[in-house]
Amino acid sequence: MAFWRVPLDAQDIQVTRGTVYIIDDRCKGCGYCIEFCPKDILQFSDKFNRKGYHPPVVTKPGECVNCHYCEIICPEFAIYSVETEPAAVSK
Amino acid sequence: MTTNPKKLAKQPEHPLDDLIRTDRIPHIWCPGCGIGTVFSSCLSAIKATGIPYNKFTMVSGIGCSARGAGYIKLDSFHTTHGRAIPFATGIKMANPELKVIVFSGDGDLFAIGGNHFIHAARRNMDLTVICVNNLTYGMTGGQVAATTPSMAKSTTTPLGNPDAPFNLPLLAYAAGASYVARWTILQTRDLTTAINEAISRKGFSFIEVLSPCPINYGRRNKEKPLDTLKLYQDRTIIKNGADPAQADIDFAKGVVIGTFIDIDRTTCDDRYNQICRPCNDD
Amino acid sequence: MKPAVLTGEHYITGDVACAEGAIAAGCKFFGAYPITPATEIAEHMAERLPDIGGTFIQMEDEIAAIASILGAAWTGVKSMTATSGPGFSLMMENLGLAVCTETPCVIVNVQRTGPSTGLPTQTGQGDMMQARWGSHGDYELIVLAPSSPQDCFYQTIRAFNLSEKYRVPVLIMADEIVGHMSEKVVIPEASKIRLIDRPKPTGRKDRFRLYEPGANGVAPMPAIGDGYNIHVTGLTHDERGYPSMTVEAQEEMMARIKGKIRNNLDDIIETESYRMEDADIVIVSYGISVRTGLSAVDQARAMGYKAGLLRLVTVWPFPEKLIREIAARVKGFITVEINLGQVHYEVERCAGGQAQAYLVGSAGGKIIHPDKVLECIQEKF
Repeated sequence: MAFWRVPLDAQDIQVTRGTVYIIDDRCKGCGYCIEFCPKDILQFSDKFNRKGYHPPVVTKPGECVNCHYCEIICPEFAIYSVETEPAAVSK
Repeated sequence: MTTNPKKLAKQPEHPLDDLIRTDRIPHIWCPGCGIGTVFSSCLSAIKATGIPYNKFTMVSGIGCSARGAGYIKLDSFHTTHGRAIPFATGIKMANPELKVIVFSGDGDLFAIGGNHFIHAARRNMDLTVICVNNLTYGMTGGQVAATTPSMAKSTTTPLGNPDAPFNLPLLAYAAGASYVARWTILQTRDLTTAINEAISRKGFSFIEVLSPCPINYGRRNKEKPLDTLKLYQDRTIIKNGADPAQADIDFAKGVVIGTFIDIDRTTCDDRYNQICRPCNDD
Repeated sequence: MKPAVLTGEHYITGDVACAEGAIAAGCKFFGAYPITPATEIAEHMAERLPDIGGTFIQMEDEIAAIASILGAAWTGVKSMTATSGPGFSLMMENLGLAVCTETPCVIVNVQRTGPSTGLPTQTGQGDMMQARWGSHGDYELIVLAPSSPQDCFYQTIRAFNLSEKYRVPVLIMADEIVGHMSEKVVIPEASKIRLIDRPKPTGRKDRFRLYEPGANGVAPMPAIGDGYNIHVTGLTHDERGYPSMTVEAQEEMMARIKGKIRNNLDDIIETESYRMEDADIVIVSYGISVRTGLSAVDQARAMGYKAGLLRLVTVWPFPEKLIREIAARVKGFITVEINLGQVHYEVERCAGGQAQAYLVGSAGGKIIHPDKVLECIQEKF
């Protein structure tokens, strides 16, 4: 994240980060995760899964904030996020 | 990052995989169908209660929503159309220690099963009833249901539904339910919290969840699944404690969602033990 | 707490005897809906069950009543309901569910005159074919017919034993006269009553297959909460219990459901014979009509006919082999039943032309007078 000046408590505030895992063969291409990701990091991929759907792919891997919304809105149990090392805030 | 499926051994499992019969996934629900989301929310709620899994059982009737019982990795029962609630009543009264969840659809619970619903609510039977309301009979192809909005198209009302739908929270409240809530699949966290509350409390808890049926309702009524979710996003108002009489579904004027009723009332099995069983000091 | 088994001599109705038999058999759950003439069973259970640690619940209709007893059965308890003709018709769909999911339970039909509302307070035996074929699809179940209050007591215990042993719903087809008449019923000591419980699973829970048959063709049945994570469905299912929409799965499932009954006919079929040793006219009857038959046999013998009575205690599965054997050595059968011909057609089919088969029936309402049977004997033989 970029600031025009670094906040005084920048070392204390940490933005959670996550890694998104997608189980391609469970996806049915409904697009809910893509539509509702608050950081817009998911897009339809060009590849096909076993059933002929386009599963999502993470386009901006460092930007996931582990909100889990893709995980809970997905009807197929096909996507979930796991917390990773928090990013430090910097200019 | 996405992981190559071949590396699944190193990838952590989906957090709900221990509660799903993974040998039956992918499930039968259509792309964009909200039942999977409600089901996932229910499983998250079951985990969140912290109650041991072998205390749970899920009972369903017949229909798309009712197929949920087939995917949960707990003792589950897929019974006859409309009769999930009396089946669940038998389970609860014979073994009151169990947490019994009824997971079914609007047609199953309120048309053919309507009588059973109102009596279980009247007696405050300690059940958690989750009704996935997709405004239609999905499994059989999209016939008009007791919850289908006026003038909506269905296969048995090709020129529009002439009848008015039920106001389910009002019906549940009038019948005597002690917990009544309505959410949509979009408010997934609120839904999980509501199901958790319902499971943890004693009494007849009814949660209506609005969910899209993209193929059998949506296509006929010119609603793509994302259009339906847009309606859920823009045309719903969260009003906890609202009067159930205002809870009729009319997206033009806005649909109230939230927890409407949450009152304390002794349950059927408690009263049976208090009143019908003999005193021990005889 | 009162004891479960009220050992001693009683003067009670068939309905009450049936309820006491259920309690003696270990029934701990009764799902009720009132209907004449079965209401007294529910009323008696409402009083007695809470006393012995059981649960009674009156449901909103007969469909709910039978659904509730199926749910209760899966918690591990013996459960029962009682009804009459109109309620019996309502229960048919869930009876099919019980057969398909192999849920043990006992359903009593205290028959009255049909069709429809009919003569609610008067007897009939017109539901016998419905007992066998009432639900949709193919299946096999066990149907017993008690012919006195004492018999109601014993047959109810037997019904529970059979239902637990074979994991099948067992129907007790009583009738209004047997249900409402009062007679002496002797209840033995609890230690003298032999009870059978459903087979329980052993072995690893994660390797358990819900419908894998045991030695006698019956799969062990866990209870909810035992940790087997079972899925029970009315859809055609495979041995894991998972829905399986294939012709092969259907054939296997039907073979298992029918096989456990058809392969154990000797254990399940029970009949009683009276003066049958040298008989050449056989009166076949069940339920209250047995009394008509007994009286007719004695009077016919006095008139010089060699009559005998074959009482069907188990009506379904039908004792085909026995009837065929008897048909080879007698002149004919007379089926006495309070209907216009139901079990009669089975007798006729099994007699197969080797012997004659006649019906002494009635449209319903009262017990058939033995004179009608004697008229038939005199006319036909």
